[in-house]
Formats: sequence, structure tokens, C-alpha cells
Amino acid sequence: MSASSLPIIQAHGLTKDYGKLRVVDRISFAIDAGECCGVLGPNGAGKTTTMKMLIGATPPTAGELRVLGHTVPRDARAMRARIGVVAQSDNLDPDFTVEENLRVYARYFGLSAAEVRSRIPELLELASLQDKAGAKINQLSGGMKRRLSIARALLNRPELLILDEPTTGLDPQIRQAIWQLLRQLRRDGLTIVLTTHYMDEAERLCGRIILMDGGHILADASPQALIRDRIESHVVEVHGAGGERWLATAPIGPEVRRERAGESWFFYGRNLESLVRSLDEYDDLHYSYRSSNLEDVFLKLTGRDLRDG
Amino acid sequence: MADTVRRWLAVWRRNALAWRKSARTALLAGFAEPLFYLFALGYGLGSFVGQVQGVSYIGFLTAGILSTSAMNAATFEGLYLAYTRMEVLKTWDAILAAPLGIADIVAGEVLWLATKSLISGTLILMVAAGMGLVVDWQALAVLPVVFITGLCFGALALLVTSFARSYDFFVYYITLVITPMILLSGVFFPFSTLPEPVRFGAALLPLQHVVEVIRPLVGGRIELGQLWHLLVPVAYAFGATSFAIWRFRRRLLC
Ligand SMILES: Nc1ncnc2c1ncn2[C@@H]1O[C@H](COP(=O)(O)OP(=O)(O)OP(=O)(O)O)[C@@H](O)[C@H]1O
Ligand SMILES: [Mg+2]
Repeated sequence: MSASSLPIIQAHGLTKDYGKLRVVDRISFAIDAGECCGVLGPNGAGKTTTMKMLIGATPPTAGELRVLGHTVPRDARAMRARIGVVAQSDNLDPDFTVEENLRVYARYFGLSAAEVRSRIPELLELASLQDKAGAKINQLSGGMKRRLSIARALLNRPELLILDEPTTGLDPQIRQAIWQLLRQLRRDGLTIVLTTHYMDEAERLCGRIILMDGGHILADASPQALIRDRIESHVVEVHGAGGERWLATAPIGPEVRRERAGESWFFYGRNLESLVRSLDEYDDLHYSYRSSNLEDVFLKLTGRDLRDG
Repeated sequence: MADTVRRWLAVWRRNALAWRKSARTALLAGFAEPLFYLFALGYGLGSFVGQVQGVSYIGFLTAGILSTSAMNAATFEGLYLAYTRMEVLKTWDAILAAPLGIADIVAGEVLWLATKSLISGTLILMVAAGMGLVVDWQALAVLPVVFITGLCFGALALLVTSFARSYDFFVYYITLVITPMILLSGVFFPFSTLPEPVRFGAALLPLQHVVEVIRPLVGGRIELGQLWHLLVPVAYAFGATSFAIWRFRRRLLC
């Protein structure tokens, strides 16, 4: 096997305990070069903890971990010279301008002055921050800060980029812009691991989804495979005041799986035509009939209970 | 080795750049205040006291103020600003995502804190020279001593910071350690006037030893016999740095 075909990340039996609480429970996975892998899961699933173990920011309680061939956490410092990290909350330096932030951070990687001079304009352009080079951090919008954080993570031309919730708290236009940036990086061959709460984000960006809950991996496949294999093909979502009345007589076969969340009912199945037709007579009911998506898979596998981390 | 030092200097340069941006206010705090003490006490008290240990009171006090400001410059930044970088700005988290470790951060910070002491000491020395209180070129030899003082108290301050859960915690260290140490280390009056048990206790702390080395140097005398005193701040610097690295590892990499 040649070195280049080794996985970028190999985790085996990775475990993290905080006191008596097991936060990550013997998870194993491998990520290959060029993959974009999305880690999904409810609050407290262990996503951030897993990312922190990957970069050597917290030692695993048990398990083996290799990133780019380095044993982590033992050789984490050498490994971090070859990766880029975007943390869950921005930790840019508010004392400095946009350009100074990049210049100061470049020193941590020991980049030469000449390299920094050519790299900074490239990255400012990539992040569409050319006009903001001299701006202070608190003059930037949330989206600009996040793009700067990504640009900063790319200073050392990383082979692997790790992002923890890259678009949380950003408006739809800015999320689109960040997706575009990440897609471009992916096209350039960068391996990406990101966590997210947004199904659309995972579906659009990631060729692979790792679904976590309670420290376990519940599913690990492409979004298409998850939707094909882990959920019924169609769903009818019904809500409205006359629901109980309709439900009493609705033609719901045994092969239809039903779930209730608040005022809404969800009916999952392959053939739901007759169910949909029966709804036409009830004017006070709202419904939608659609193919199942990643969110349905997510809810099926992790349940509809509220989590508070 | 060269690579290790490069990592320390990267942390040092980050702080130096941040300091340059607010140097005016920073200088005022670290420099004007000790000079007020020097003038007020030196001339005010000095007119009652006359000569102390064969020099004018203000000449005697210069060495004490120099030592104290070196200590304070490193202490305050090592407490308040280092805590801000660690907990509020998350600067250290950002650094730890780059190829640096906790030891690099602590070493870089301690070097920077000692640099703050050096800046403060240099300014006070310049003013004292301008006032004719320091006349001999040999007085420049206080600068390396001031740097060692900064390493010692910077490392101690970081160690305190490693235990802190809020800014309030620092009041304990300043009130219970730093302030009594200033009063009992021969800064304002000769150490020898203190009762024996107090002297024994104060001699366990580093400031008295710093004052003991700096005082003859300010007067232009290099007393080789006094240099052993430097072993105390040096030992504190190494001990506190190692302990702080261990503490921050447990605190930040958990
Ligand atoms: N330093 C810590 N000490 C104790 N418990 C912790 C610590 N960090 C995380 N936890 C706990 O570990 C669990 C997993 O946390 P983690 O941050 O990995 O979840 P997450 O999947 O990233 O959640 P979110 O979607 O809210 O970001 C949570 O129950 C959290 O309270
Ligand atoms: Mg998280």
C-alpha cells in the first residue's frame, strides 16, 4: 500500500470520559484523502469532543488515533503543522486588524516572510476580504469573521481542514457564501471534516455523513445511501385542528410508520397515495407529501425528544 | 532547539505587537506611578530621614522602586492580561490549534512578561539618571537583573492565573503576597531593621533578594558577593514555570 492511499484519519475505539460521564464511546472510522465528511448529531452528541481529540486538544481516554500518519496526541504538534482548524466559536484577535491576524498566526507555523507576503493577499481574496485588510475585527460582520477564521486555517496549506459548526448563527446568504468557499476547497483536493446541525448543509457539502448520538456512531454513509437505506421513501406530514377526526378513519396500512411531534403527524411509507387522497376532504388540515430527506433519517435515528446537551 | 525558540518568540511577538498598539496608556500605568512614589516619598520622606546606609534616602529608594516596578510590570500582565488572553479572547486556544504546545505558550508568555519588566526598569533608570540619582554606567548592569526579576514574577503570576476562575481571584495574591512582600523586602527602609523572624520569612520570597542585588548596582558598585541572591529569583522562575506548564496542561487540555 503506498503512503498516499493510507487514510487521512484512522480512529479505532476512540473513547472520552469526563469523570464518570462517557461522552464518546468507542467510535471507529477512517476518512480518506479528498473526502468531505459531515459529523451530525444532536446537542451533546460528542461532536466537538471528537474534533478536539482529532486535533490533539484533548487526550482520548482510550482508543487509537492516527491523523496524516501521526499518532495523536503523542505527535499532535507535528500533525497540526499540516492541518487547519476552525473552532466552534471564533477566536480571532480583536487587538489586531484582519491582515495582522493572518500575519501573527502565520508565525506560529514558522512561515517565511516571503511566503507570508504572497499568501496573505491570496487568502484575503479567497475569503473576499480584500477591502477589509486594514479593518479591526470588531468592525467585521459575523460572516466576515467566519471567512477570516477559515482563511487563517488555510495559511499553512493544510492537507486536512477541520471545522466545528462553520455556519452556525449566520444568515442564509452568508451560509451560501461559505458553502461555496468550502466546495471550492474540496474541488482543490482538500480533505474536510465538519460538524453541523444543518441537514441541508451536510447534504450539499458532504459526500459522507457520520451520524452521532450519545457518543456513538449511529450511521456512517453517503447522504444518498442513508436516505435510500435507513428510511421509507416518502413522508406525509399533517397538522391542523381536525387531525383526530381524520385519523379515526384514515386509510393507514400496517406498513406505514407513524410518528407524532407536537401538533404534527408524520407518516412514512413507500406508497402513501391513498392516504394523501383521504386528506383532500379535510379543509382544516394542512399537509405536505414529499420524498424523505436527511432530516427524516436524522429524526428517525436520534428520536424526536428534545435534548439540552 | 532553534525551532523551539522560534515558537516561543512567535508567542512573544504576538504580545509585543498588541502592546505596541496601546503602548501610550500601558507606559503611563507602568512608569508614571512608580515615579510618583519616587518623587513623593524620596523627597518628602527623604527630608526627615536624611541618609540611609550612606546614601541619600531617594538614592536608597530608587533601587527599591526599580525592583518593585519590575515585579509589578510582570505581575499585572501575567495576571490580568494573560487571563484575558486565555479565558476571554481565547488567544491560547487559537495558538493551540497551530503547531504549538502549552509549554511554548507559557515560555513565550514568561519571556514577554520579563520584557515588560525590562521596559519598565529601563524607563525608570533613564529618569533616575536624568535626575542625577544614577551616575555610573555600571548601573546598566541592573537591566539583566530586572529581566530575571521579570522571569521570576511573570512565572509566579502565570502560576496564579492557572488557578484563577475569575479576575477576583487575583486580589488574594496581590493583597496577601505582593503587597506584604513590598513592605517587608527592604524597598522603603533597610531590610536589617526588621525583626529576625520577619526577616527570615521575607527572605523566603524573591523580592528581598532582588533588592539586595539591585541596590549596590544602582549606586554604581558591582558587589560580586551579592550575586548569589540571584539564585532565588532564578529558582522561582524555573520552579513556577514548570509548575504553571503542568497546571495549564491539566486545565486546558482536558
Ligand atoms: N470539559 C468538559 N467537562 C465535562 N463535560 C464536558 C466537557 N466538554 C464537554 N462535555 C460534555 O460532553 C458531552 C458532549 O459534548 P460536545 O461538546 O462534544 O457535544 P457536541 O456534539 O459538540 O454538542 P453541540 O451540538 O451542542 O455543540 C456533553 O454532555 C458535554 O456537556
Ligand atoms: Mg459542539
